[in-house]
Amino acid sequence: MFNVILFIMTLAVLIYSFKKDRQKTRQALKIAYNSFRNILPSMLGIIGLIGLMLALVPRETIEGLFGNNSPAGILIISAAGSVMLIPAFIAFPLAASLLQAGASIMAVSSFITTLLMVGVLTAPMEIQYFGKKFTILRNVFSLAAALGIAVIMGVVLQ
Amino acid sequence: MKGHLKKYSLFMLIVVIDLILRWRVPTAGSTAVSSSIDYLVEMLLFIPPIFVLVGLLDVWAPRKIVEKHVGPDSGAKGVVISILVATAAAGPLYAGFPVAIALLKKGCRLANAVIFLGTWATIKIPMLMMEIKFMGLSFALTRLILTVPVVILIGYLIEKIVEAGKDLGSRNPHREVENIS
Repeated sequence: MFNVILFIMTLAVLIYSFKKDRQKTRQALKIAYNSFRNILPSMLGIIGLIGLMLALVPRETIEGLFGNNSPAGILIISAAGSVMLIPAFIAFPLAASLLQAGASIMAVSSFITTLLMVGVLTAPMEIQYFGKKFTILRNVFSLAAALGIAVIMGVVLQ
Repeated sequence: MKGHLKKYSLFMLIVVIDLILRWRVPTAGSTAVSSSIDYLVEMLLFIPPIFVLVGLLDVWAPRKIVEKHVGPDSGAKGVVISILVATAAAGPLYAGFPVAIALLKKGCRLANAVIFLGTWATIKIPMLMMEIKFMGLSFALTRLILTVPVVILIGYLIEKIVEAGKDLGSRNPHREVENIS
């Protein structure tokens, strides 16, 4: 149902855009195609990993580590989220599969919030643009915020 | 060609593991392959229209308007515009860095640039659709409602601290930024 609405909506917007400006619409489709091509390798990789995780890692392991909101589990998964460099597009299916495999909402939320807000691997690039002080401040504040948001989500969305 | 192959190395490694699993541990192997295929189908039905929307937003989103309305004296209006434009953006956080720098150079205040970056990273519209699809509406909405005020708060906090660290004579909050870039 969601997919059907999305397809119809996209098609409507696309037709409208095409009527207004062919050149821009063509450029938009090119951007769409390039984004898809760029994301495809990591998408296939992550989807493969999801399959392996669901098949090989016993539910008890994931439940034991990330299922009971233990501080250690939350810290591990937040560290992973802070360091990993995967596009949000693929992060959500991965997060969904973690939930499916027995992780708690709080753990999965902290994975997503840290992944989106904290960038350890991109910090050198951020320093080049904004300087060291800015980068440290932004990442430290974001980490605190990410954990706070995840804890509240874990409590609210029980 | 070689770079192309390298990009797919994780996928190829997994295919090999899947094949070995199928051969040695058939049950685990078929679970792995079938759950991967389930996710793949779900994503392929969903991602192409999203990317078309991303492309359209990228082409039509008026970046000029931002440059006009996020200057040093912009208050709430600047914040709202920073957020709206960033939600329509495409690309990962680090793709937002040069855009934020461009805004700063045009005279955008530091808080708005940080808010722009925070929004860019956390609540882009196409990304939200993906989130609603896989995590559910209540998850996505809760995260959105909690994230917006926090992003704004971080923007003002960073501006305050960076500005306080400057010489008293200099009132330009992003001088350091300009020198570096």
